[in-house]
Amino acid sequence: MNDFCPIPEPVPGVPEDILLSVQDVRVWFELRRFGLGIAGYVRAVDGVNFDLRRGEAIAIVGESGCGKSSLMRTILGLHRPREGRILFDRRDISHFSRKELCWYRNRVGYVQQDPYGALPPFMNTRTLLEEPLIVAQMRDRHQRLERIHKALEEVKMTPVEDFLTKFPHQLSGGQQQRVVIARAILMDPQLLVADEPVSMLDASVRVEILTLLRELQERHRLSVMYITHDLSTVRYFSERIFVMYAGKIVEKGPVDDLIYNPRHPYTWALLAAIPEPDAENARRFRQVPPGEPPSLIHPPPGCRFHPRCERMIAGLCDVQEPPEFEVGPQHQAACWLYQ
Amino acid sequence: MQTIKDALQEIRRYPSAIAGLFIVFLLVVVSIYAVITIPYQEAITLWRGGEGTWRNLPRTVPPAWINYFRSQKLPETIALDSRKGAAERQEEPLGQGKSVTLLYTFDYQADDFPREINIFFETSFQERSPFASITWYTPDGREIPITDLALRTGSSSFRFNQDDKLLRRIRRQIGDVPVEVGLFVAPDPPENPRPLKGTYQVKIQATAFDPQTQIDAELVVYGKVYGIAGTDHLRRDLKIALLWGAPVALSFGLLAAAGTTITTMIIAAIGVWFSGLVDNLIQRITEVVMMLPLLPILIMVGTFYSRSIWVILGVTILLSIFGSGIKTYRAVFMQVRESPYVEAAQAYGASDWRIIFRYLVPRIVPMLIPNLVTLIPTYVFLEASLAVLGLGDPQLPTWGKVIQDAVANGAPYKALYYWVLEPAALLMVTGLGFAMLGFSLDRIFNPRLREM
Amino acid sequence: MREGEPVLRVEDLILYFVTTKGVVQAVDKVSLSVPHNQAIVILGESGCGKSSLARAILRLLPRNVYRYTGKVYLDGRDVMELDEENFAREVRWVGISMVPQAAMNALNPVLRVGDQVAEPAILHLGVSKEEAWEMARKMFDYVGVPEGFLQRYPFELSGGMRQRVAIAMALITMPSLIILDEPTSALDVLTQASIMNTLKQIKQEMPISYMLITHDIATSSDLVEHVAVMYAGQIVEVSKADTFFRQPLHPYSRKLLAAVPRLYEKQALEFIPGRPPSLLNPPTGCRFADRCPSRFDRCAEEPPTLSVDGHLVKCWLYVT
Repeated sequence: MNDFCPIPEPVPGVPEDILLSVQDVRVWFELRRFGLGIAGYVRAVDGVNFDLRRGEAIAIVGESGCGKSSLMRTILGLHRPREGRILFDRRDISHFSRKELCWYRNRVGYVQQDPYGALPPFMNTRTLLEEPLIVAQMRDRHQRLERIHKALEEVKMTPVEDFLTKFPHQLSGGQQQRVVIARAILMDPQLLVADEPVSMLDASVRVEILTLLRELQERHRLSVMYITHDLSTVRYFSERIFVMYAGKIVEKGPVDDLIYNPRHPYTWALLAAIPEPDAENARRFRQVPPGEPPSLIHPPPGCRFHPRCERMIAGLCDVQEPPEFEVGPQHQAACWLYQ
Repeated sequence: MQTIKDALQEIRRYPSAIAGLFIVFLLVVVSIYAVITIPYQEAITLWRGGEGTWRNLPRTVPPAWINYFRSQKLPETIALDSRKGAAERQEEPLGQGKSVTLLYTFDYQADDFPREINIFFETSFQERSPFASITWYTPDGREIPITDLALRTGSSSFRFNQDDKLLRRIRRQIGDVPVEVGLFVAPDPPENPRPLKGTYQVKIQATAFDPQTQIDAELVVYGKVYGIAGTDHLRRDLKIALLWGAPVALSFGLLAAAGTTITTMIIAAIGVWFSGLVDNLIQRITEVVMMLPLLPILIMVGTFYSRSIWVILGVTILLSIFGSGIKTYRAVFMQVRESPYVEAAQAYGASDWRIIFRYLVPRIVPMLIPNLVTLIPTYVFLEASLAVLGLGDPQLPTWGKVIQDAVANGAPYKALYYWVLEPAALLMVTGLGFAMLGFSLDRIFNPRLREM
Repeated sequence: MREGEPVLRVEDLILYFVTTKGVVQAVDKVSLSVPHNQAIVILGESGCGKSSLARAILRLLPRNVYRYTGKVYLDGRDVMELDEENFAREVRWVGISMVPQAAMNALNPVLRVGDQVAEPAILHLGVSKEEAWEMARKMFDYVGVPEGFLQRYPFELSGGMRQRVAIAMALITMPSLIILDEPTSALDVLTQASIMNTLKQIKQEMPISYMLITHDIATSSDLVEHVAVMYAGQIVEVSKADTFFRQPLHPYSRKLLAAVPRLYEKQALEFIPGRPPSLLNPPTGCRFADRCPSRFDRCAEEPPTLSVDGHLVKCWLYVT
């Protein structure tokens, strides 16, 4: 793949096979007081650590307000972390300038939630797919068209000619999302960040798109960060799951292990709340933890889940934040129960 | 391209849009016609006038088509120029020089008397000025001597209503009536006399003292109506001003509206995208400028600095850019900024300027077009208002200027309604046309306003 | 009200709209019934006409209606015969109420939530403001919102709370049936489960029935005893939930169920190729035919609705 941007120097001491390393990242948003001064911070991401290997697909699961979107935007380079660093292919991108980020942008693809909103309504498919290429300084028109053809074929939008002239409103939801995916893979990225890619699509279409993403990942050995609140789709798509709550990762583990042996009480609650199509459900009540996710401006002391946790240990959980404990092979949980 | 075709199809559904489009189209056609048939320089010179240009036109008369609505027809101007062969010429040698006879014949059928009667002489001679004698012949066979005079070299004129001797003669022979009436009635006319209809003749008998003498004369019997638009106090055909007013109004309106709207939009986009200090600065400037009154400032500029239409246009745009449009566009841009595709563009590294012009601005164009069109009449009226207040461009004939002339010459008091109504009507029609078109465009481009 | 009589019975309901592009056959001869104190779900993808069905039952019609016929029996009484005034007085919000789609975003931002919940009681039951607020307080208790929130404004509440307020608004007039259009689709999974619990609780404590409208099969199984599947404006299957979630009858229902991602079972996900037909010009014959794996030549003709073991199916496969 051609490179039109200067290649930065790698940071020493990082293993080769780790593509993305998120190290103690905190993302805080300032609350401005009227006029001057800071009234406080929204601690959207408050100490997140994980590594993503080349070719690995992980899912970040959590409800709204848990910080997964802020984490994602920081990883995409749209926001700078307040603390911590992010290493991509051994380069510290968290403090890159605009120009230096150019190298990174060609290596990351972004698939968004709202397929219609993600496409400029006044551009047809060809024009909007040319945009990232033009921005990446690909001046030769033929080269651009070639890439566009390849991308559209990969997302199975054939015959390509038919779709090049269509505008977003002329495409179905599934087709729109395919165009979004095509746009994400145009520059042959190494990492794909997918934010709820199927939640706004119809049930029957979701499967198509998830299958497509899976195929792309396997064919190109892409690393994928799949962000969702729908645990039941994670099975089809990822090898590891990270569960996020109130700005922190509370449990990490391989998909099967986490689903069959969940350890953190919040993970239990999430799994218990997911309905499977079963008529018995109408006859029983689900167990749901009381209360709501905490404020990110004044998070509770100690473990953030403790006000809603049925297994809270008084004196410990409400005082000290739990570190990560090993609870199984490649499986960690941040809960005092596993001390 | 697709959207333009769709837009035109949509326009067909709204009768007001069709009417508006038609009016605008007419205005554009008239403007092009005006600019082609009377080029800019010519228009200015014509309008600046001088007695020579317009001498054949009556002063402040309504348009000729008024006669359709009158039972008693007002006379139109009759101009007979001997140079154009409208007179019977007889030249005979006489002693050292010659005698020249010019005989003018015309048919008078109007129900009212002429406004004035003038004879314009063109004479050239070597030594002594020729001597001319003018006689008037009525249809009922009377002969009224008008005057005897020496003809000066070059152009000279004899005005019937300025000759005291003629007036006294008319009083004696006909009655206590003005010259124009007296020449057209029988002696002892009744209270409200009517002119005698029939063939009239005017004879100019000139004695020249050398054979090289050239004598030509134009007889003008001024009517009380003229042309398609009437005339003003300087005898100028209002048609010139009304025709030329169209391109002036349209270009001023369009340039001001377009300049303002586009610049406002770009400034709003820049403020919204870069936010922070830039946005703050732009908003505060806007709030201050919004309080400034446009018309009084333009009046001050016009009075103290320059009345050139380009200066006025420039100041107008400058003050209008930071108007309420910024607030509106800012609101829309702030919404558009949150669109996912903008975030995606940031993710693939689009520069700020690319995002502004390639991703934000196109979203607002559907809102911009109806705003622009509806804004055009505002500036048309602004220019007219300035002209009415006496601060219009002094050279250009514009509709506002015509109204100003009319009011300054007491048109409303003298019942010269046409003088005010014609430009006013044109202004109204322009405003109406653009407003109808603009509102329909708004409905087309903003489907939220559409009905099922 | 007779025992065994369903609280709602719809017979051959038709609602067509006229638009600039033609006639949209949104609801095409729909028949179903909801038994007393039970819940039914109308399952379907976007564009199948399910929201129009809700509007048709409640007579919330836009101006471009082309055809609106059929019978709607509420507690045994044909309400289609009522004129507009009587319908508004006796049925709308009094007999049947609705929690519309994205109701939590449709709350009036400048009114307190207590006022908004009390409003239907004041308008439809004619009670005084004090009484209405008392009823609102009780409703908040039922839907699980703390009493203090009565005085708050919508922006002060979370999404889940706002949805509960919308449910309280539909509940306060004690209707026989509440129609819920996608009540939980925009909410987090824990909040979803919690609201479903609340709805189940209310159904246990009060003689109320639900018509749930959604595309989310899994969530619907939390609440309903009956399932009706809608495709391209028509009802293609009506079954008991027990049967449906194990052995659905219609091929479309089977495909829908197979497309649901499962947490605990490792099964390959199937998807349905193609797109649902436009309601503008629905095809003749069975509308699902061109996407159906079991299609055969009889499907070129529109299948009848048959009764199979007490369930209804609209498919030639079941014609003996």
